[in-house]
Amino acid sequence: MTSDTVIEIAGIPILLRSHDSVFEPAVRKYYADFITPVASVAPVELTVEVDASGFPDPETVGAGGAVPVVDVAWTGDRWRLERFDFRGEWSPGTGRGQVCLAQPQALQSIDSVLRILHSILAVPPGGCLVHAASAVRNGSAFVFPGVSGAGKSTLSGLIPSDATLLTDEISYVRQAEGGYRAFGTPFAGNLGAPGKNVSAPLKAVYLLNKGPRNKIDPLSRKEAATALLRNVLFFAKDPELIRTVFETVCRLVASVPVYRLTFLPTPEVWEIIA
Amino acid sequence: MSIYIARSPAVSARSLDGEMIIMSTKDSKLFTLNEVATEIWQAADGRTPLSRIVQDVVCAKFEAEPEAAYADAEDLCRRLAEHGILVISDQPLESAR
Repeated sequence: MTSDTVIEIAGIPILLRSHDSVFEPAVRKYYADFITPVASVAPVELTVEVDASGFPDPETVGAGGAVPVVDVAWTGDRWRLERFDFRGEWSPGTGRGQVCLAQPQALQSIDSVLRILHSILAVPPGGCLVHAASAVRNGSAFVFPGVSGAGKSTLSGLIPSDATLLTDEISYVRQAEGGYRAFGTPFAGNLGAPGKNVSAPLKAVYLLNKGPRNKIDPLSRKEAATALLRNVLFFAKDPELIRTVFETVCRLVASVPVYRLTFLPTPEVWEIIA
Repeated sequence: MSIYIARSPAVSARSLDGEMIIMSTKDSKLFTLNEVATEIWQAADGRTPLSRIVQDVVCAKFEAEPEAAYADAEDLCRRLAEHGILVISDQPLESAR
């Protein structure tokens, strides 16, 4: 039996069509806050199959500390994506595609597919995915970029009760209403839980840096653009996509203040974020 | 004999706060140039010899000693060319942007 599930992130719905009885309920449960009713036409449709044949033995992946390679390539009329646990393709022209997963219950596989697709889909409307935590407080959004270990999940875990966590790992930022807007994503880091499906105008970006005391230092536009670009998700090595993201980030740092947030991992850090 | 330099078309570049940030559109590698390198980059039109750029821009603006300045500039250009963000030739380049 075929089942359709629509996961809408940052206002962009992706329909997943599956025949697998294990896959669909697992997806519905994990992405619950991002599930929307099935529309008559979804701009992106993916047929999901589960078939372990042709994939490497999961036990051998990452052996010796090797990082699994993600290959995302433009073939002329479609995107082709492949990793040790999935392979697929998607055509922007038709909006259709298919993906084959090695394991039905491996949510991280479909999560990675969604991250890759959104890193492509976000670009034309002036957006990008950033390796960053983000939150909404008093009606404004704050984004906290940082490499692994910079403190994204730490800061997210200290979030006060009057703030809403958009994500502790992958932030979604897009041009909107004369400025920029940050959207909640289900893409989780060490906290292991999806963010809330809400959005708000982006008020500031804080580059994370753990230190001996809490302080905020403004960054020049050059420093800001460089830091932000180093945290943008570039799965696809496509010249036009890279060029557009570059311009998006340069425009963003011209209109949104960017700071370096040095912080101690205590709740007091949130007192200086405003 | 001087070399000719041109900005590669396979990059996106923007001057922010007077200094250039450049991203390769082939592999999304990011480069930042200091003030002197930014001046050389902006003068890299493919038609002006590097020696002339050093003389007219680097030495004039930064009071550098010509011989050392040229050696530094050529070294910089060759390193940028290795990353594919600058094109170097013994002849003038027509494809300068």
